[in-house]
Amino acid sequence: MGSALTLVAFWVLFALIVASALAVVFLRNIVHSALYLVLSFIGVAGIYILLEAEFLAAVQVLVYVGAVSVLLIFGVMLTRRGNIRQSNLFNGFAPAAGVVSLALGVLIILALARTPAGPPFSTWPADTVGALAEAFLGPFVVPFEIAAILLLVGIIGAILIAREVKENK
Amino acid sequence: MIQYAWLVPLFPALAFPVIIFVTRRLKTLSALVGIGAIAASFALSLGILWETLTFGVTMEKPVEYALNWLALPGAKEWALKIEAGVLVDPLSAVMLLVVTLVALLVEIYSVGYMHGDPGFSVFFGYLSLFSASMLGLVLANNFFMMFFFWELVGLCSYLLIGFYFHKPEAARASLKAFVVNRVADFGFMLGFFYLFLMFKTFNFRELAEALPHAPHMGLLAVAATLIFAGPIGKSAQFPLHVWLPDAMEGPTPVSALIHAATMVAAGVYLLARAFVLFASIPEVSLLVAYVGGFTALFAATIALAQRDIKRILAYSTMSQLGYMIMAMGVGSMTAGMFHLTTHAIFKALLFLGAGSVIHALHEQDIFRMGGLAKDMKITTGTFVLGALALAGIPPLAGFWSKDEILLAAYSNGYMGLYILGTVVAFLTSFYMFRLIFVAFFGKRRAGLHGHESPKCMTVPLIILGGLTVVAGFIGAPFVPHGFSSWVYFGEPHHLEPNYFVMATSTLVAILGIYLAWLIYGKEVISPEDLAQRWRGIYTVLYNKYYVDEAYLWFFRRVVLGLAEAFHWHDRHVVDGIFDGVGDTVRWSGYRLRYLHSGSLPVYALVFFAAVVVFVLWVATPVIGGIR
Amino acid sequence: MITLNHYLMLGSILFVIGLFGALAKKNAIAVLMGIELMLNAVNINLAAFNRFLNPDKVVGLVFAIFVIVVAAVEVAVGLAIAINLYRQRLNTNVDEADWLKW
Repeated sequence: MGSALTLVAFWVLFALIVASALAVVFLRNIVHSALYLVLSFIGVAGIYILLEAEFLAAVQVLVYVGAVSVLLIFGVMLTRRGNIRQSNLFNGFAPAAGVVSLALGVLIILALARTPAGPPFSTWPADTVGALAEAFLGPFVVPFEIAAILLLVGIIGAILIAREVKENK
Repeated sequence: MIQYAWLVPLFPALAFPVIIFVTRRLKTLSALVGIGAIAASFALSLGILWETLTFGVTMEKPVEYALNWLALPGAKEWALKIEAGVLVDPLSAVMLLVVTLVALLVEIYSVGYMHGDPGFSVFFGYLSLFSASMLGLVLANNFFMMFFFWELVGLCSYLLIGFYFHKPEAARASLKAFVVNRVADFGFMLGFFYLFLMFKTFNFRELAEALPHAPHMGLLAVAATLIFAGPIGKSAQFPLHVWLPDAMEGPTPVSALIHAATMVAAGVYLLARAFVLFASIPEVSLLVAYVGGFTALFAATIALAQRDIKRILAYSTMSQLGYMIMAMGVGSMTAGMFHLTTHAIFKALLFLGAGSVIHALHEQDIFRMGGLAKDMKITTGTFVLGALALAGIPPLAGFWSKDEILLAAYSNGYMGLYILGTVVAFLTSFYMFRLIFVAFFGKRRAGLHGHESPKCMTVPLIILGGLTVVAGFIGAPFVPHGFSSWVYFGEPHHLEPNYFVMATSTLVAILGIYLAWLIYGKEVISPEDLAQRWRGIYTVLYNKYYVDEAYLWFFRRVVLGLAEAFHWHDRHVVDGIFDGVGDTVRWSGYRLRYLHSGSLPVYALVFFAAVVVFVLWVATPVIGGIR
Repeated sequence: MITLNHYLMLGSILFVIGLFGALAKKNAIAVLMGIELMLNAVNINLAAFNRFLNPDKVVGLVFAIFVIVVAAVEVAVGLAIAINLYRQRLNTNVDEADWLKW
C-alpha cells in the first residue's frame, strides 16, 4: 500500500465525508440533504476500503446507498408538504443542541489528542469474507439468526404501522 | 386440719362458678350453695384455730407450705420465684375465723334483705367470690400472692358496689372505688417489687430473716412507704379515703361485710403481716401512726354532720380503721389486730342493723326517721348494743380493744396521739348516739312506721350482739393466755392494766352519750339552731372538707390539661410530621411532573447532556493529560 | 502515517455532526438522517479498532455488519412512523408531536 496514496486518499475521503455530513445537516432543502447523505455513505465505503475491509464496503454500498437512502427519499416523497425549499428547518432547540454537540465533540477530540498513537497497520487475514463467514456461522450464529428474525419483525411492524386505516362508513 | 387450710378459700371459690353457671335461675339453691360453702369454710377455720391453739403453732413457729407457681432460674439463684403458699399462724387463724364468721352471718342475712331482687343469685355468687379472695389474701405466704388476692377483693368490691348498676350513682361509685384503689395498689406494687429487687424474695418469712442485714436503710424506708400506700387505699385512710362513703351505694350486706368488717381490714392485716418491715424503720412507723391518727380525727368530725345512716357508719369505719393503723404505727400489732377483730363484729352488727331499718322504711336519712324503737325492738336493741361497744363502754368488746390501743400509745410515749385518740373516742360516742337518739327514739319525723325484719335477718343480729358482749374478754388484760399471748410481734405483750387510761376513756365515752342525749334526745338545744349558729363549720363538715371537689379540680385542670396537651401534640406534631411528609411528596410530584414536556428534542437533549457530563467525569484524567 | 487516531477522529466528527442533526432539526426524516450519520460513525470506529488493535479476528466487522442490519430495520420502522405521523398532522415536525406529556 502506497503510503502517500493512503494519506491522500484518507484526507480526501475525510473532507468528502465531513462536508457531505455538514450539508445534510445545514441545508434547508430536504431532498438535497438526502442526496448529500448518499454521498457521505459512499465516502464511508471508501474508508472501509482504506481499512482493507472490502466486504464491509460492499455491504455498505448495497445496503446503505442502495436501500436505506432510497427508503429515505421515498419517505421524503410521501411526507412532502409546502415549500420544498423550506422543508428542513432547525427547530427551537438548535442552539442548545449545538452546545451539547460541540461540547461532546471537543471532549472526545481532546481525549483522542492526548492518547498516544496506536500500533501501526499490521497484517490482516487475506480472506476476510471467509473469516466473516466462519464468524457468522460459528461463535456469532445466534445473533445472526436473531438478526434475521429482527428483520422480519421490522418489516411486519413497518407494514402495520404505515397501513392505511379504512374508514367505517 | 391445718394441712387442709387451702380448702378454706376453695369452697367459696367453687361456689362462685356453680352459682353463676349452674344454679343461677334457682334462687333458693344458689343461696344454699353460697351459704353452704362459707359454712364449710367456717367450720374448717374453727378447726384450724383449735389446732393452732392446742398444737402450739405460734408466731415464731408457723406452719407454712407452698408450691412454686412460677420459678425462673437465674445465674446463681432464682431470678424470679413466685410461690402459691399457705401460712398458718395465730394471726391468720384468727383472721380466717373473723372473715368466715362475718361472711356466713351476712349471707344468711342477705336471704332476707335481697329477697325479690332480680340479681339474687348473682349476689351470692359475688359474695362467694369475695369470700374466696379475702380468705386467699389472709392465707397468703408471700407478697405476690397477697397482692393477687388484694386485687381480686378490689374487683369484688367493684362488682358489689355497682350491684345496682342501673343507678348512675352506684356505677360511678364502683368505678371511683376501683380507680382510687388502683392508685394505692400501684404504690403497693412498686414497694414490694422493690423489696424483691433488694432481697430476691417475696416470701414473708424469708424477708423477715433477711431484713436485719439490709444494706440501705433509706431505700428500705422508700419501699416501706410505698407498700404503706396499699393500706392507705384499701383501708380508706386520708388522702385515699374518698371511695368509702360512696361505696355505701352498694347493698347494705355488702357494706357490712366488705366495707366494715373484712376488706377494709385487709390493709391493717397487711401491716400486721409485714410488721417486721415497719418496725425496723422508726420514721415510717411514725408516718403510719400519724396517718392513722389524723384519719381517725378527720373521719370522726365529718361523721358529726352527716344525715345518711350508712354514711355515718362509713365514716365511723374510717375513723376506727385509723385507730387500728395508729396502733400499728405506735408499735403494737396486737392492739391493732385485737381492735380489728372486735370492730369486725360490732361494725357488722351496726351495718346489718342499719340494713334492717332501711329494709323496713326504704329511707336512709336519719332526720326522716324517728321512734323506731317502738316498732323494731330487736333491731334497736342490738343496734344500741353495737353502738355502746363502738363507743367503748365496758365490759363490751370495743372497750377492751380501744383501750389496748390507747394504752399502747400512752406507754410508748406518743402523748399527742394518746390525747387525739381520747378526743376521737368522745366524738365517736357522740355521733353514734346522735344517730340513735334521732333515728330510734323521739317523735316520728316523716311519719314513717317501721316493722321488724324477718328472722333470717334478726337472728344474725342477735348472734352478733351476743358476740359483742363476750368477744372482748379474749384480749382483756386480766385473762391469761389471751389474745396478746398468741398474736404478737417480737414478744408476747403483757401490758399491765392502766386504770387511769381505762377510766378516762370510759369517762369521755359516757360524756359523749350524755351530750348527744342533751342535744338530740331531750333537745335542750335544738339541733337546727346549732347547725345554724355554727353554719360555717357545719357546711365544711357536711361537705367532707371538700376533698372530693379538690380531687375533681385537680383531675380536670391538671390531668385533663396534660391529656389535652398530649392530644394536641399527637395531632399536630406527630401527625404533622407524617402528614407533612406525605404532603411534601405530593407537592413535589405536582411540580416535577412538568418535566414531562412531551417534546422529543428536549428529551434527546437531556440524554446527551447527561452523556457529556458522564464523559467529562470519566475522561477527565485523560483530557487533563494524565496517562 | 494514518494512525488509528485519525480514523477515530473522523468517526467522532461524523458522530457529532449526526448528533447535531438529530437534535436540532424539525423534520422527522431529517432526524432519521442524523441517526444514520451517527451509526456510520460508529461503524467506522468499529472497523478501525478491529483493523489496528485486533487483526487476528474479524469481530469488529461482524459487529459493524450487525449495526448495518439494525440501522436498516430502524429506518424502515422509523419511516413508517413518520408516514403515520404525516397522515395525522399533515406535517412531520417533531417539536409539534408532544402528546406524551403530563
